[in-house]
Amino acid sequence: MDGFGILKGLGVTLRRFIGTYIDDIKWLGKRYFTEDGIRHRMSKDVSGIFTVQYPEEKIPVPEEFRFIPFLVYEEKEDGRIFHRCTSCGICAKVCPPQCIWIVRTTDPKTGRPVPEPAEFYIDVDICMNCGYCAEYCPFDAIKMDHDYELSVYDRHTHNIYNKEKLSKPLSYYASIRPTNYQREEAIRAEAEAAKAAKKVAAEN
Amino acid sequence: MTEQLIMTDVDLAEKFPQKVKLDERKGYEGYLVDADAFLDVAKHLRDELGYDYLSSITGVDYYPENYMESVYHFFRTTGGPALVLKVQIPRDNAVVPSLVSIYPGAEFQEREAWDLLGIRYEGHPDLRRILMWEGFAGHPLRKDWREPYYEEDGKPFKSRWPDGHVYRIEDKNPFHKNVDYPADFDPDQWVPDNDSSLYASLTKIQSSLSDSGLKTDTVIVNMGPQHPSTHGVFRMVVLLEGETIRALKPVMGYLHRNHEKIGERNTYLMNMPFTDRLDYLSSMSNNFGYALAVEKLMGIKPPERAEYLRVIMAEFTRISNHLFAIGSLLNDLGAYFTPMLYAIEERELILDVFEAVAGSRMMCNYFRFGGVARDLPEGVYEKIRDLAYERLPRRIDELDLYLTNNEIIRARCEGVGILTPEQAIAYSASGPLLRASGVPYDIRRADPYSVYDRFEFDVAVRYHGDVYDRYLVRMDEIRQSIRILQQAIRDLPEGPIQAGKPQYQVRVPPGEAYGRVEAPKGELGFYVVSNGKPNPWRYHVRAPSFINITALETMAKGNKVADSVAILGSIDIVLGELDR
Ligand code: SF4
Ligand code: SF4
Repeated sequence: MDGFGILKGLGVTLRRFIGTYIDDIKWLGKRYFTEDGIRHRMSKDVSGIFTVQYPEEKIPVPEEFRFIPFLVYEEKEDGRIFHRCTSCGICAKVCPPQCIWIVRTTDPKTGRPVPEPAEFYIDVDICMNCGYCAEYCPFDAIKMDHDYELSVYDRHTHNIYNKEKLSKPLSYYASIRPTNYQREEAIRAEAEAAKAAKKVAAEN
Repeated sequence: MTEQLIMTDVDLAEKFPQKVKLDERKGYEGYLVDADAFLDVAKHLRDELGYDYLSSITGVDYYPENYMESVYHFFRTTGGPALVLKVQIPRDNAVVPSLVSIYPGAEFQEREAWDLLGIRYEGHPDLRRILMWEGFAGHPLRKDWREPYYEEDGKPFKSRWPDGHVYRIEDKNPFHKNVDYPADFDPDQWVPDNDSSLYASLTKIQSSLSDSGLKTDTVIVNMGPQHPSTHGVFRMVVLLEGETIRALKPVMGYLHRNHEKIGERNTYLMNMPFTDRLDYLSSMSNNFGYALAVEKLMGIKPPERAEYLRVIMAEFTRISNHLFAIGSLLNDLGAYFTPMLYAIEERELILDVFEAVAGSRMMCNYFRFGGVARDLPEGVYEKIRDLAYERLPRRIDELDLYLTNNEIIRARCEGVGILTPEQAIAYSASGPLLRASGVPYDIRRADPYSVYDRFEFDVAVRYHGDVYDRYLVRMDEIRQSIRILQQAIRDLPEGPIQAGKPQYQVRVPPGEAYGRVEAPKGELGFYVVSNGKPNPWRYHVRAPSFINITALETMAKGNKVADSVAILGSIDIVLGELDR
């Protein structure tokens, strides 16, 4: 009990304290409010201040980051849009808190199901952001979003998202998850090609 | 080892003819024991066969067959697999002898089984409800008990598709109807009885007090449920004589949501993200334990690469958890936020890795049956490598220099909250709490799972059993985890990350399985019973935070009231897991 332990510990805090200024000087004012600065503060080399001044600064989210699903729709050349979702119901079945509600469309003439949901709801108060719906959807029709700033004043009127509010274009998906998008498109193209080849083979 | 096991097998059924028989149901293991011989068998297990560690007690309600079962998992602290005993009792008269006199660690677990399943443990010194409140009607884990928002026995609910007209659950429940009261209970007339039974259980020991010449009155102090040092809503009722703690009763359940009932409504896969919410500081380990249990039932194994990825994630989790534990312990000791923030800085970097790999910093949901959710995205391998080889070792050394020899920390921690090795084993303590008391029991070594048998590491152990040693054990474990990480990263094989095709509806054959991992806080076990349907029939979590608390009173007795904060901090609890 000679106090050397405390002194050594204080030495650590002092070194950190001085390190903060050294790091700031090294970056010449570019350490804050710049993209590089934020990335530096998230890297293994960071010393000194590592906090981020939210909301002025935001940490870039990685591609796999998941927050509240959205429905992907494709735009045709003539401006028509169509949803990839076939209302197969797998996402509703796999959703752990059961917050997906789907109304399947039926053809009024034949009474048979039509592959596009009449309505699609997600109660985002209940959604636990597990990502299962996106993971198990066989049609790449539902994906997890990156937008995490969803606070509203009244959850009772705002937080059941309907189909319209959930829909986002394919281009948006491609922009937030480029690697996944490219991989999936390659698989889709392959499947299409195989299907076409099969068709040709069947016709011959 | 195998030889030894066969010996005990013969021994038990032969030693107690008519009373003990092998459990021969398909997919089950262990023995069925008659209730009236149970205490003798347990004594024999502990004293003759060396099963000194009672890991888990729970119950199962076999409603269609009209009986209940109290299930026990025993282990040897020298290592090896479990010995499972079961006592079958009728549902309407579920009485089992209490094991508290032989294994004191049974105390809270028996109270839990009483509370949730209505199994009465005869001879238990203090059989009160533990997670639910005193006015609660029924025993929620019984299969005929239905929650107020009951929809169907198992998910997925039919109302969601194909005709899913959404409604809010709140709208369906008229005011007042979201809680079920006992028939003779009127909430407007109810006057809280001032926790009289709780205080009565405390003052039982009052008569045996007075070891000093000075006569002092005892006072009862409630610490919590809202108390900054309890890391959540946890309450310690302490009986003080002067400043000295004479008795202590933890009160819990404020965060109870009946995770297990939810788990039995869920499908197997749905439970994975729910396990994240148990010990929310180490979700990867929770995933690990649950995946092991279900994989055992399904009889599948993940491919090599997935095994290594699992180990990497689990060890990162351990480091981040221990950093947090050390940081908050220092907070509790009054060092305020500097050590906490130094620790959190490193934890943030680990969480960045989780976010990149699993998609979320804390609710990772990364494990799947027979694999993991996805491979490492680009750039993450380098990040992991830099962390394990460069950043963390350096920073841990700095933290060590900063804290370990600080005289104030030593003065506050050394010799405080002592738990002897015998007590630690008897109270079913696990994890750092057990190892700081000189018992070198680490499941990664004692009963290896996944690929842990391939890595070189030392089981961290310290011998004084005080708060300071618990801190040291955590520091040691961080260093050992870094060692494992370095080996796993070096040897990480290429290949698939999932056995078979990913399925959203897994087929689980009937049977039972107990999967356990060395989670950062201790032994985390999942007891899962399947009846072949899509939803587990029984889903039980052996939560280390909950069971480690059993020894709290023993540790705190005789210490000053201010130290109870440090002692609680040194156990490292998380309320999400403690209350489930
Ligand atoms: S989003 Fe995917 S899984 Fe869900 S109903 Fe549509 S197609 Fe099926
Ligand atoms: S992310 Fe999970 S909880 Fe949310 S809607 Fe999808 S499956 Fe359901």
